[in-house]
Amino acid sequence: MSPVGVIAKREVASYFDSLIAYIIIVAFLGFTGFFTWLYGSDIFMRKQADLAAFFGVARWTLFFFIPAITMRQLAEEKKTGTIELLLTKAISERQIILGKFLSCLIMVGLALLFTLPYYITLTQLGNVDHGAIISGYFGLVLMSAAYISIGLFASSITSNQIVAFLVALFISIFFQLLFDIMSSGASGFMAELFTTLSLSRHYDSIVRGVLDSKDIVYFVSLTLFWLMLAELNIRSRN
Amino acid sequence: MDIKIQQLSKSYGLQKAVDDISFEVKPGEILGFLGPNGAGKTTTMKMITSYLELDQGDILIGGKSVKGGDLKKYIGYLPEHNPLYLDMPVLDYLAFCAALQGMDKAEIPNRIRQMVRQCGLDLEKHKFIRELSKGYRQRVGLAQAMIHDPEVLILDEPTTGLDPNQIVEIRELIKSLGKEKTVILSTHILPEVEATCDRILIINKGKIVADGTPDLLRKQAQGQQILQLRIEDGETNTIFQKLQDLATVALVDIVNPAENRFEIQSVLHESSNRAIFELCVQNNWILTEAIPFETKLEDIFRDLTMN
Repeated sequence: MSPVGVIAKREVASYFDSLIAYIIIVAFLGFTGFFTWLYGSDIFMRKQADLAAFFGVARWTLFFFIPAITMRQLAEEKKTGTIELLLTKAISERQIILGKFLSCLIMVGLALLFTLPYYITLTQLGNVDHGAIISGYFGLVLMSAAYISIGLFASSITSNQIVAFLVALFISIFFQLLFDIMSSGASGFMAELFTTLSLSRHYDSIVRGVLDSKDIVYFVSLTLFWLMLAELNIRSRN
Repeated sequence: MDIKIQQLSKSYGLQKAVDDISFEVKPGEILGFLGPNGAGKTTTMKMITSYLELDQGDILIGGKSVKGGDLKKYIGYLPEHNPLYLDMPVLDYLAFCAALQGMDKAEIPNRIRQMVRQCGLDLEKHKFIRELSKGYRQRVGLAQAMIHDPEVLILDEPTTGLDPNQIVEIRELIKSLGKEKTVILSTHILPEVEATCDRILIINKGKIVADGTPDLLRKQAQGQQILQLRIEDGETNTIFQKLQDLATVALVDIVNPAENRFEIQSVLHESSNRAIFELCVQNNWILTEAIPFETKLEDIFRDLTMN
């Protein structure tokens, strides 16, 4: 197994050992299930066989849950000193970051996998636009990757998990909400810049079923940018 | 693989942690790294394991610079406070470390069994690390450092937290490993260095202040012979006078006049043993005690590291 795989495997196992995995998955299913099927503008209210309600609530649920998953990743290693153990093994900083990134993505992926019954139920209710649903899930994964990388960066700058959680939320809220708001307040170049930076705009267009390469480039570069910063941070032994 | 350290320096801000040190360690040698707190031992070790970057100078392991980065698989490292993943069972943890060091998957189970036996972890191997006592955690730390059979072992205070029996076991283990490998260990416990190491390096304020075998260091520091004597059946002042008159004696000190106890300092490079014995025979005195006063490693250490 590659070093990245070794790290990811340990992290996933540790999520399940410490119950974090179960809590996250159950809470995620609870929130999204409640708002998709039972309350507010749920599927029966909308009277449309689509998962727009789910994609709306999942976006916010993951926004809060991902920092909770990522906060311990590097902060705890720094606090207990195990980061020294990792960094003196035959493995690079990049492999450590990628391994941890992968483990978080697996966690989110598992949570999303458990929502598959939503989709199966939906196919029994009416004519489903399968393409839109696949691209919606794709959007969720891309968004999660971006937030995980922000969370890992936040975790790399501190040895305190609470600080890591709050910093991750602080950075993420700009992409989730604030850039969008700022773009409507600004004009000209600034408005365009904020629109481009806003994660929700890109996410919405993917969820609508439009797979534009621009959106994919946006998510991939956002993810790589924060992962690189996290790697630099670990490299400098801060 | 030998370790060559060349004019190595490292500063934290304005403070120089390691200041232009150079030394070599050969395979089959166990080097004891001594020094007071904050002398730069741990910093040097962290640089050898490429956890910290070098400011100046170079470290060559097997002729290759650690700056290249791919030497980590040849090094086994036990960090100072022995950080461990407390939420992992011992066996899983060792398997994780072995996999990270790039060991062949087929070899790992055998190697783990061997390490568990060598480090005396047999009864504890299924427990979580958080359930282990400090001594057993230390053993796990040692096991993970040696799991991939590295050529170079860097052990930062390997015996802290162990009980006397365990200390002896671990020392024996390190000694047997040291026959083929290059070992550097740091410690505060001076008898440990004498018991385990072939060579001692004392560093203070980032500089090397002594380098040599324990015997050599002792000889260098000893200088004059010191004897504690007790002579019975004689009058204190007469004995004192006659001792003083001996050619090899530089200084006599009455320690306890009632018991006729003296402390004798010989002239440099001379021994007064024979002369004192003959003096006693001539005067019919009985020599009941003659204790050579050895310079202890502790004294050498104190001399070299206190200003």
